[in-house]
Amino acid sequence: MARLAAMLVKEFTQMRRDRLTFGMMLGIPLMQLVLFGFVINADPKHLATGVVLADRGPQARTVLHAICNSGYFDFVRLLENEAEAEAVLLGGEVQFVVNIPANFSRDLLRGERPALLVEADATDPAATGNALNTLRVLAEKALEHDLKGPLAALGGSDGPIELRIHPRYNPEAITQYNIIPGLMGVILTMTMILITGLAITRERERGTMENLLSMPTRPLEVLIGKIIPYILIGYIQVAVILAAGYYLFGVPIAGSVSLLLIAAFVFIVANLAMGITFSTIARNQLQAMQMAFFVFLPSILLSGFMFPFRGMPVWAQYLGEILPLTHFLRLVRGIMLKGIGVTEVMQGLWPIGLFGVVALAIAAKRFRRTLD
Amino acid sequence: MSVTAAIDVRGMTKRFGRLTAVDHIDLEVQAGEICGFLGPNGSGKTTFIRMLCGLLRADAGSGTCLGYDVIRESEQIKRRVGYMTQRFSFYEDLSIEENLDFVARMYAIPDRRNAVAASLERLGLAGRRSQLAGTLSGGWKQRLALAACMIHEPKLLLLDEPTAGVDPKARRDFWEEIHQLAAAGLTCLIATHYMDEAERCHRLAYIGYGKLLTQGTVSEVVAQANLTTWEVTGPRLMDLAQRLRSVPGVRQAVPFGNALHVSGDDAALLDRNTQPFRVAPYTWQSAESSLEDVFIHLMDPLSDNARA
Repeated sequence: MARLAAMLVKEFTQMRRDRLTFGMMLGIPLMQLVLFGFVINADPKHLATGVVLADRGPQARTVLHAICNSGYFDFVRLLENEAEAEAVLLGGEVQFVVNIPANFSRDLLRGERPALLVEADATDPAATGNALNTLRVLAEKALEHDLKGPLAALGGSDGPIELRIHPRYNPEAITQYNIIPGLMGVILTMTMILITGLAITRERERGTMENLLSMPTRPLEVLIGKIIPYILIGYIQVAVILAAGYYLFGVPIAGSVSLLLIAAFVFIVANLAMGITFSTIARNQLQAMQMAFFVFLPSILLSGFMFPFRGMPVWAQYLGEILPLTHFLRLVRGIMLKGIGVTEVMQGLWPIGLFGVVALAIAAKRFRRTLD
Repeated sequence: MSVTAAIDVRGMTKRFGRLTAVDHIDLEVQAGEICGFLGPNGSGKTTFIRMLCGLLRADAGSGTCLGYDVIRESEQIKRRVGYMTQRFSFYEDLSIEENLDFVARMYAIPDRRNAVAASLERLGLAGRRSQLAGTLSGGWKQRLALAACMIHEPKLLLLDEPTAGVDPKARRDFWEEIHQLAAAGLTCLIATHYMDEAERCHRLAYIGYGKLLTQGTVSEVVAQANLTTWEVTGPRLMDLAQRLRSVPGVRQAVPFGNALHVSGDDAALLDRNTQPFRVAPYTWQSAESSLEDVFIHLMDPLSDNARA
């Protein structure tokens, strides 16, 4: 009994001393509670929608109102034409484009069943599924009030309008098309942060850091020397996932592979820099690992990898925007599924680059040549 | 300032928060000298050495190391100094040769391949060059560390307790090598706890609680302490020691094997006050003060200072 007490007292004392581990034990469950409780939403609503409005008749307005009132669609952009619709869909600015063709109201009243065209960015089938199902119901019911009396006949058995849904980029709603490119980002995040996170703390733990610093090296030389080997490792991972995705799972590569490799470079460096920053703050390898976990969890949950990004509350989306993975997921899915080009890639790439530069600056500042 | 001084620094000070680890230390070591750097654990030896080689920024102090400004030109100093850390700090998962090669690259040695080969040859490890450093015994690790910090042919060696945990034979070989290097003009500053090693040095510097307490040759240091020592033999010496310690004039009563060393810095007072104890069964003999007596004595008043 006395020996057990001795062990218990010792364990609690050590637990109290190791603040970071203690913080992790409280922090991780709290973080999970917040993320799973408040943020994650498998039924995303208020999805950004663009409208091409070629007919401004009352029935067109009724249909739009009904779509808006469903709660799934937020009209954020009024688009001039089909070309602009294509651009905002490609750039990921909107999830849907609702297209009310010219003469919609007239054709409706004539009983010609005008088409209501809805284009959906279906790269993530989970994000669009419920919204599209709702739309099918809406198309039938929206005009019930307008079409009364003599017009009731227009409803017919097929409904008054023809709903044409174009699920773009992943028309068959194959989950792997969305998951595999996303996995590339997740795997890189996990391995790159961890591997460099341990790199500097290992030198410090083994006492080799003191020796290294007594030699005529500059901090940047040490940091870059630590990063470059792992960039190669990162590229091997990219190659493996890309090959497996293409040959094994049949994920299309619509865009340019070299563009993807450039984006991957920036992303790998940003993650390595984050890992190095952690290792300049952590006192030992265990702490570096714990810090890495604090990034993994939000990265996986807030980036749009597992759950639709647009389904999250706005504050969570802002948090997600800080994470490099969020931007990389858009890029890698954009390049592989949508075939986005240089312009769209640059728009998503600079936040990752900025993140990397800031992380590297912090690392270089903290990793001073002197030990004090 | 002497032109041949390898280390010539004044007022070197380093604080960590409220603790002053090194408190205005002046030190001058001539080229080709082996300077023993002594002091108890935590006295600031390692901190001082780290400041010399630019690993730590001094809070105050000035002077030169190998003719370069010790504060501003640490890059130049680093290139010309070999620093051997207290703990083995080479890569255990690299082979002996790979470690040497890494260091040689770091210092941008022109003929790297030959430098590494020569170093392996000198070490006597040419046959085991591909053995991982982590599998070496303590003595061999220490030899490897010395070889590695010599590979760029430094002008000054800073060795921080290089022989801790090394067997006597390896220690003797190590000192043999240090003396050979010094004879060839290399300056050495060696932190150590061992008295026999201290006696092998040309000069000594003793620090305690961050302050330089004494320096000079072994005999100078002993003479400066002005210590009178008696060697007492007899039964139950520890009881005698207990009683002697409260006697005015007795600064220390320390057992040395089967004898007790009783010393004080006032010879007359010591002589007078210990008269009552010079009775059978004890035999009292005047003895030479050893370096160890001096160092223990040096530490004693300081512990009072530290408390004050």
